[in-house]
Amino acid sequence: RLPKTARSNTPPHIYITMNEDLKEMLESNKESLKLEAMKRIVGLIAKGKNAYELFPAVVKNVASKNIELKKLVYVYLVRYAEEQQDLALLSISTFQRALKDPNQLIRASALRVLSSIRVPIIVPIMMLAIKEAATDLSPYVRKTAAHAIQKLYSLDPDQKEHLIEVIEKLLKDKSTLVAGSVVMAFEEVCPDRIDLIHKNYRKLCNLLVDVEEWGQVVIIHMLTRYARTQFVSPWREDAVFDENSEKTFYDSEGRRVDQSKPYIMDPDHRLLLRNTKPLLQSRNTAVVMAVSQLYWHLAPKHELSIITKSLVRLLRSHREVQYIVLQNIATMSIQRKGMFEPFMKSFYVRSTDATHIKTLKLEILTNLANEANISTILRELQTYVKSQDKAFAAATIQAIGRCATNISEVTDTCLNGLVLLLSNRDETVVAESVVVIKKLLQTQPSQHSDIIKHMAKLFDSITVPMARASILWLMGEYCEHVPKNAPDVLRKMAKTFISEEDIVKLQTVNLAAKLYLSNSKQTKLLTQYILNLGKYDQNYDIRDRTRFIRQLIVPNEKSGALSRYARRILMAPKPAPVLQSAFKDRDRFQLGTLSHTLNSQSNGYLELSDWPAVAPDQSVRIVEVVELAGAPLLGKSKPGKSAEKFYSDSEEEEEEEGSSSEDSSSSSSEESESESESEENSDDSNKSSSSESDSEKKKKTLKNKKLQQQKPDILNITYLPPQIIQKALLLFIMTKFFSIHIVLAFSNQFVANCRCSLLCLCVFLACQFDAVSWHVRVSLQASFPVFVPETSHELLHRMTGKGLSAQYRFTRQPCIYGNSMVSLQLTLSNSSDQALENIHISEKSSTGQNIHRFNAIERLEPQASVTVSMGVDFNDSTQAANFQLCVSIQPAVGELLLPITMTEADFTKEQGKLLGMNESSATITMTPENISSQSVNRKVVSVANLGVIPSSQENIHRRCLNLTKPTFWNVIKKTNCS
Amino acid sequence: MIHSLFLINASGDIFLEKHWKSVVSRSVCDYFFEALERATEPENVPPVIPTPHHYLINVLRHRIYFVAVIQSEVPPLFVIEFLHRVVDTFQDYFGVCTEAAIKDNVVVVYELLEEMLDNGFPLATESNILKELIKPPTILRTVVNTITGSTNVGEQLPTGQLSVVPWRRTGVKYTNNEAYFDVVEEIDAIIDKSGSTITAEIQGVIDACVKLTGMPDLTLSFMNPRLLDDVSFHPCVRFKRWEAERILSFIPPDGNFRLLSYHVSSQKIKKKKNVFESFLCSSSLHLFDKNTLHINDSIIQFLQLLSWDVGKINPQKLPSLKGSMSLQTGASKPDENPTINIQFKIQQLAISGLKVNRLDMYGEKYKPFKGIKYMTKAGKFQVRT
Repeated sequence: RLPKTARSNTPPHIYITMNEDLKEMLESNKESLKLEAMKRIVGLIAKGKNAYELFPAVVKNVASKNIELKKLVYVYLVRYAEEQQDLALLSISTFQRALKDPNQLIRASALRVLSSIRVPIIVPIMMLAIKEAATDLSPYVRKTAAHAIQKLYSLDPDQKEHLIEVIEKLLKDKSTLVAGSVVMAFEEVCPDRIDLIHKNYRKLCNLLVDVEEWGQVVIIHMLTRYARTQFVSPWREDAVFDENSEKTFYDSEGRRVDQSKPYIMDPDHRLLLRNTKPLLQSRNTAVVMAVSQLYWHLAPKHELSIITKSLVRLLRSHREVQYIVLQNIATMSIQRKGMFEPFMKSFYVRSTDATHIKTLKLEILTNLANEANISTILRELQTYVKSQDKAFAAATIQAIGRCATNISEVTDTCLNGLVLLLSNRDETVVAESVVVIKKLLQTQPSQHSDIIKHMAKLFDSITVPMARASILWLMGEYCEHVPKNAPDVLRKMAKTFISEEDIVKLQTVNLAAKLYLSNSKQTKLLTQYILNLGKYDQNYDIRDRTRFIRQLIVPNEKSGALSRYARRILMAPKPAPVLQSAFKDRDRFQLGTLSHTLNSQSNGYLELSDWPAVAPDQSVRIVEVVELAGAPLLGKSKPGKSAEKFYSDSEEEEEEEGSSSEDSSSSSSEESESESESEENSDDSNKSSSSESDSEKKKKTLKNKKLQQQKPDILNITYLPPQIIQKALLLFIMTKFFSIHIVLAFSNQFVANCRCSLLCLCVFLACQFDAVSWHVRVSLQASFPVFVPETSHELLHRMTGKGLSAQYRFTRQPCIYGNSMVSLQLTLSNSSDQALENIHISEKSSTGQNIHRFNAIERLEPQASVTVSMGVDFNDSTQAANFQLCVSIQPAVGELLLPITMTEADFTKEQGKLLGMNESSATITMTPENISSQSVNRKVVSVANLGVIPSSQENIHRRCLNLTKPTFWNVIKKTNCS
Repeated sequence: MIHSLFLINASGDIFLEKHWKSVVSRSVCDYFFEALERATEPENVPPVIPTPHHYLINVLRHRIYFVAVIQSEVPPLFVIEFLHRVVDTFQDYFGVCTEAAIKDNVVVVYELLEEMLDNGFPLATESNILKELIKPPTILRTVVNTITGSTNVGEQLPTGQLSVVPWRRTGVKYTNNEAYFDVVEEIDAIIDKSGSTITAEIQGVIDACVKLTGMPDLTLSFMNPRLLDDVSFHPCVRFKRWEAERILSFIPPDGNFRLLSYHVSSQKIKKKKNVFESFLCSSSLHLFDKNTLHINDSIIQFLQLLSWDVGKINPQKLPSLKGSMSLQTGASKPDENPTINIQFKIQQLAISGLKVNRLDMYGEKYKPFKGIKYMTKAGKFQVRT
């Protein structure tokens, strides 16, 4: 078939007439005609036909109001601007204007088109536009700016320095929209400027889940490279470590800590691994592959197994995806069989698979073969040999050969099977079998002379050159084992020599030479005949070989010392060929890359560096807390951030979890050495926390004790010198016997002192326990909230709360009630004049959120206030939490009364109705100075809500009061008891 | 990243080209044609072809080759995944993705490609966003457009790209609010001559068609979530929630989408095996026994393929097919024991036993219609003879 790239042979004048037609349409006043014309032009562009002479007519419409027309003009412009640079400049002002548009999407699209016009003159304009857009308020425009960086760089590489500045700025961006694009720009423009990543590393790790899928791929690849330069290898110690841990298990002395410094994974390294893991569940195959390669290149070996399932899942995807994934699995399976062995059946070949997929599956099956599964694999391979696809059948035979050499138990079985195949109907199968048998026989020729004889018999029927050559070579090499057959084969070859393929001729010459040396009596003439034929062959290789062999073996006066050694040269024992995978050396390339697929370095391939022997300074990744001063700014950005987080995992909360609780620690840290406190929790920890001087001996006893105890215990280290904690923790690691819940709660100052070392320890702990799948809950990452807002919000106003007012604030502390809870501080104050009792939160919560209530407050005195903390699980959403605050107020009797005005007569009358049972009286003794009527009045009124009825009698004060409906009278008589 | 895209039909004509950076000459496709020529079957063209200055990455779907031109290192899956996404989008827009459909809608295709990539880097691939930018062509709209002169390009600018739920457009309104879920399971199996299973696994998907007003927040729970061995989600699914509670919680995209794909490993199918094994034995295997397979049809020599539509299978009466085959003189003898591919469908059954427990909606007031359908199909189901 001819390549179809030649342009069609339409005569040029037809174009011209058609284009004239279009030009007219474009110049008309009607929008619809213009649009129609543009659509036809786009049709031309799509077909690859030329429409560039319409440029002036098209470019006029760049400012059209019609959006579709405008977009089509953009398409045209981007396509032809390079060829019509001068005219393209006419459109620039339109874009410059649009760059200032209040609508972010218009700004973005203007920048997009402007940067896509590949006209070198406008480089300064582009540069300016990019710089401006990089500081745009809209993340979408900033994203477009990141794209524009690459375009400008490819247009004018001299701008690199300026562009790096922009990249540096954009890398700091916190928007998930921008992250992917700017990393892409980074990879394109300055992939070697690793230093730009340091400060953004943690942010990128945390944002990763929320970045769009294409950005994720780019970021993951970049972070892989980054991690390989910044962290020490997690593999190196692996083997050593495992051995040791086993030893210590039995060896109670446990000197391991002294002899080798155990590997401690950098917390940032762990962060990357942890944050990429959920992406294995992505629907985007490229993301899954990217995470897999990240784990392959960065994760400790024992954590690798989690990628297996996801990779196998990808095999369900499209043919092309399968191809790439299988290639990567093939490379992995060479180094780590165990990973894919449980999924062996997923690599069984189906007849509908494309040939390249079949061969890859075969490759993997061969790699996976071991003593245990070889019989299953061989059975499977047998069915493949029968395949219609002959290329595949041949590959299968090769695979059987490889299995046979790799696993010595089955060599004989395989060999027998292959010999059976020699009688196959299909020639390619037979030929391939011959070639493979040849390789196998080289390992143990003496036992198999019958096979060689069998092959000699087959020789006539085999026509595939490679197979014939292989048989000839076998004959020559082991002519001693088949002394009768070999000369006969040579005789046949002499007859057909002229018509054979080159490779067969070469081997014929070889055979002749070897036979001449071992059995010259029978073959001398034959050899000379063949050498003569070879001398005049058309192929110079054969002529060369013939000449060389003749000099070597035929003794004459000229040939010197060499011919004496001819036998030793030709019949030297040859090493058996090693049958190995074609993917053996592929691991020099990063998995998942184009270079890996092609097995050759492609343009712009960035090599993965080896792990550094010593980790570079980790502190470069620590971001200074700049925001601390800019508190209001942070407050402003907060709602936006929470909205973004709406869908993400609760990174923020995790961080908060990690940080230690200020409240709890500040209260307890005062007690300095809190041995007493740890004592309460467990008597062990008390020992471990006792000062350093209580050296090894004590620890040993402690350990023994723990061994006896065999129950999970809780260690609460509250405030201890760091060295002690270190020792204590190490001790725990050494004993390794319990599931340990360590709650590390430390004070501010303490963390500042020893956060680093502690972190290392904690991570180390986590790694170790991961490895042995122990359940450890360690509060890690003692990072502090950058800013704790002091402002509290009103929850309940004292007016609506009938005297009880409540204010809340977010403490930004890890909630002590649960990991997923947000801690909330409530300040309740009583502004009424009575005590409030039993303040609590009602049981039922309307929104289904989990709320940790504070303990009921028994009594809140008037004007007093109390601060309580509670935890609310907002389910990572911004949904409001609703709860009822219940207060019970027990009023004094006097407060239940209401005064009524009435005359004394009425009073006496009403009072008269309520004598006897309704009457109660008491006597109060008072000091003389209090008995003035005012003071008594005041006292009585202050206790109860009463009215005064003026009384005619001197020493009787009547009070009148009412208790709601059933009118109730009460009189207080005052007797002067002088 | 992606430099250019060429669309090539089965007969080897380039019928569409699009460039995102400077123009790459068509002649680069000659290397592809060479590879095409070497391949015996259309599927056998290697997906990645190196040329002296470029790399060609192609996917074949609907008998069209989508050939992307790459100039420097890029993860090949990145390109492949993107090309498939392009095909999915075309299918979504035009119903079918054929050469004719693409040629008829070349302007929409161009507009789409323009939006999907910027400088070769994917920009908007979510169908919800694209549909806001460029409305899919319908017959009605085509008629209206020609009369009124209005356009396919959305008047309002897309907002989805900027939101935190980029897969859902805002302001969705329906009079009938409905959410349908299809649980479709495919059995991939290889059965050997004697009828025993060599390998079997279940691949399932949950396809959803959600037409709900506003911003509904759905949760879907299963009776037996532990059954699922390996899952992959639409980006809308909250992963943490799944990890913790095995509940699918998500704000759905508008319209059709694939919520979940899952895998049930062979160990878990063991129990179910007799279901389809007995089913199989009763239907296909006995029929295709080598001794009774005589086919009287000369066409198959040409296509080397015999397809037989059995229809519904009656357990009492086994369908059988017999025939004798005459070969043209000189034609090579066909394969003695061909592999048989079986297709079947079982309605209202998820063979893994997966059951949806309930679907709840939060965030909106109305009551939606909910529906769930189960189906089991044969995936790559092969019987070796």
